[in-house]
Amino acid sequence: MTDNDAPVDSAGDGGAESAVSAETASPGGAGDAASERSEAVDASLVVEDLSKSFGGINAVNEVSFTVERGSLTGLIGPNGAGKSTTFNLITGVHEPDSGRVTFEGSDLTGRRTNEIAQDGLVRTFQIARELEEMTVLENLMLAPRAQSGEKLVNAVTPGLRGRVREEERDIRERVWETLELFEIDHLAEEHAGNLSGGQRKLLELARALMLDPTMMLLDEPFAGVNPTLEEKLLDRIHELREEGLTFLLVEHDMDLIMENCEHVVVMHQGQLLAQGPPAEIRTNERVIDAYLGEDI
Amino acid sequence: MSSSDGPVASTGAQLSRWFREGDAGLITAVMIGIYVLFTIFAILSPSQGLGGIVATLQAVTFWTALYAMLVLALNLHWGYTGLFNIGVAGFMAVGVYTFAALTAPTTGSPPGLGLPLWVGIVGGMLVAALAGALIALPALRLRADYLAIVTVAFSEIVRLSLLSTSLQEFTLFSSIGFIPDLTLGSGSGQGINMPINPTIPVKSLFYTNPTNPANGEITGLGETVFSLFATIGVRETVVVSIGYTLLLLAFVALFYWLLRRIGNSPFGRVLKAIREDELVANSLGKDTRMFKIKVFMVGCALMGLGGILWETQKGFTDPTSTTFRPIQTFYIFIALIIGGAGSNTGSVFGGALFASLLFQGPLFVSRIFSKFIELGDAPSTFAGAVAPALSLNFAPAAAYTLKNIPSLRFVLVGLVLVVLMQNRPTGLLGHRKEVAASIDLSERDGRTGDAAGKPAADGGQMPDGVRSESDSASGGERDD
Repeated sequence: MTDNDAPVDSAGDGGAESAVSAETASPGGAGDAASERSEAVDASLVVEDLSKSFGGINAVNEVSFTVERGSLTGLIGPNGAGKSTTFNLITGVHEPDSGRVTFEGSDLTGRRTNEIAQDGLVRTFQIARELEEMTVLENLMLAPRAQSGEKLVNAVTPGLRGRVREEERDIRERVWETLELFEIDHLAEEHAGNLSGGQRKLLELARALMLDPTMMLLDEPFAGVNPTLEEKLLDRIHELREEGLTFLLVEHDMDLIMENCEHVVVMHQGQLLAQGPPAEIRTNERVIDAYLGEDI
Repeated sequence: MSSSDGPVASTGAQLSRWFREGDAGLITAVMIGIYVLFTIFAILSPSQGLGGIVATLQAVTFWTALYAMLVLALNLHWGYTGLFNIGVAGFMAVGVYTFAALTAPTTGSPPGLGLPLWVGIVGGMLVAALAGALIALPALRLRADYLAIVTVAFSEIVRLSLLSTSLQEFTLFSSIGFIPDLTLGSGSGQGINMPINPTIPVKSLFYTNPTNPANGEITGLGETVFSLFATIGVRETVVVSIGYTLLLLAFVALFYWLLRRIGNSPFGRVLKAIREDELVANSLGKDTRMFKIKVFMVGCALMGLGGILWETQKGFTDPTSTTFRPIQTFYIFIALIIGGAGSNTGSVFGGALFASLLFQGPLFVSRIFSKFIELGDAPSTFAGAVAPALSLNFAPAAAYTLKNIPSLRFVLVGLVLVVLMQNRPTGLLGHRKEVAASIDLSERDGRTGDAAGKPAADGGQMPDGVRSESDSASGGERDD
């Protein structure tokens, strides 16, 4: 229920795995490359030898990569490559069987989803998970961290509620500013369930931003989004990156990744296939092989 | 009620708006409708004039208040947070029996601790909350269905334990030398007496010896009130019941106020998010487990309090009472579903409709029929009722039906649920989605949401797939 059909994805992997495992990259080699890179760059997120299997099927197998601080890094791969599972492992939805995730110098492995979000690593979902019966305003009001009104005592006790209301006014102001930035302020009082697919993606991104994250994991933020809106979302992402935010982006659209990301990580059947700048990836034979005949 | 934070002037204005536009007005209108109906019932049934009408209306209000309280408590679990608690009766029982153990006289059989009333109430709520925490800790980590299984099992375990003779009377600390022995008990099938109960403060207004009115005097206030009501033929006991019913209504107001306050706050916003999609709430950094445990404990404490106000007023209880049976939980659920889960006004509304129309109404109808129509003795079996009908003698079947109206209420309840689910699956008021914030979110520093553009105003910008139905629902949703 909670995972983005990860077991189904991995079932696809498993079937083909034995046949191709000899041809895929040696995981150890990729891991070494990653650690070399992590020394060279200013890493925000470091993933080391991450593995996860579901009932004997290796959904993610010894995957290592790093995301440079302030970068826009793309994570690509055919269907069932283990991208969403990797996201779920990083954000604590699933616990990895082995391996380590380090974010801004602190170890995230085995920590709970909410703690990871509190640390400033926030994700969005492949299929937008807006809170349907809540208005757009409520969706955004929910997100900010450390709201004193989230303590039951402060919310209920007559003397303490004044401060909560004061705080809510400040958050409300930020919420409206964010809505205007994303140009969805005209939908403010609409229930999230009534928004179109693209608007939901905007809402999710806006909501995640309300947490003041240092890094965002975006799971196919452009799926089902029309080209105009996609342009708008990309602009927003580039602006935020200039303000210092780090992005890790899962995307199917190869061209989009190549044009916008400065670093690309390629996964295939649960394993790391290659990583490097887009130009290198474009000419990488293993990547071309993996994608050959696939609908990308 | 929700506007109690604001200055007095705006409170008054908001209160009048609240009354005009929705909730208070709606509840008042419904209660007036129910009163009119039951006045007619009382006039038609074999009653005792004006006094009978007053007694009838008192009874209807009494049951409405009891159900409203419990439905509100359940609304906090199911309506707000989506926690499927089907052990309401068990938490009521924990509250009632803790109350009994704390307040029953030390010389009683079974004995209690003989502590004051308020200790009993607070203790009952605390223990019910702790029982809730005990249940919640393991169950809330699992999927919603498991919580349902655990709670219903818990409520049956509580009821059957109370019925067990091995807990009839037991002694604590008997093996530890330095702590004095403490004898308590559930009374099992024989029940437990509670001479100290929440009716005592009400009775003390009227009697100098509230625990045993016959042995004392009537107070000055009692004299005045009793003689006033006596002129319209209302008996003393009914006057005392009216007093207690008013106390219950005050508690309903308190529950309502508390829930509104919880709902319209950042805390309530997280609860709503948990109900909608827990993983999202988690991914936004909310420790949903803590929220669920807290809200479960608060709801259980309210259920304990509701149980105490419900069951102890008779001064006696035993585990066979309907209050503690699983069917009670379902009654409360049905009332919540009728009113609309998630809406506080809907909860009160559902409690009133269930208690009056579905629960009390059929009994009156049965009484009225048997007064006006002579059907003879009812046959004791269904076959005995149906067989004469084949030879076109319908009187035995009709008499049998009337005699079994209390059981036929279940059919009625089922019918109401089917019709409701087909036509209004969210309940009567469940479509009204109250915004979870302590302030009006559409306002922003001087400029209002209207300036920013209300959704209703830009229907043209609405995305495809927006149903006009939900559109109008959200358009009419702004209640303070």
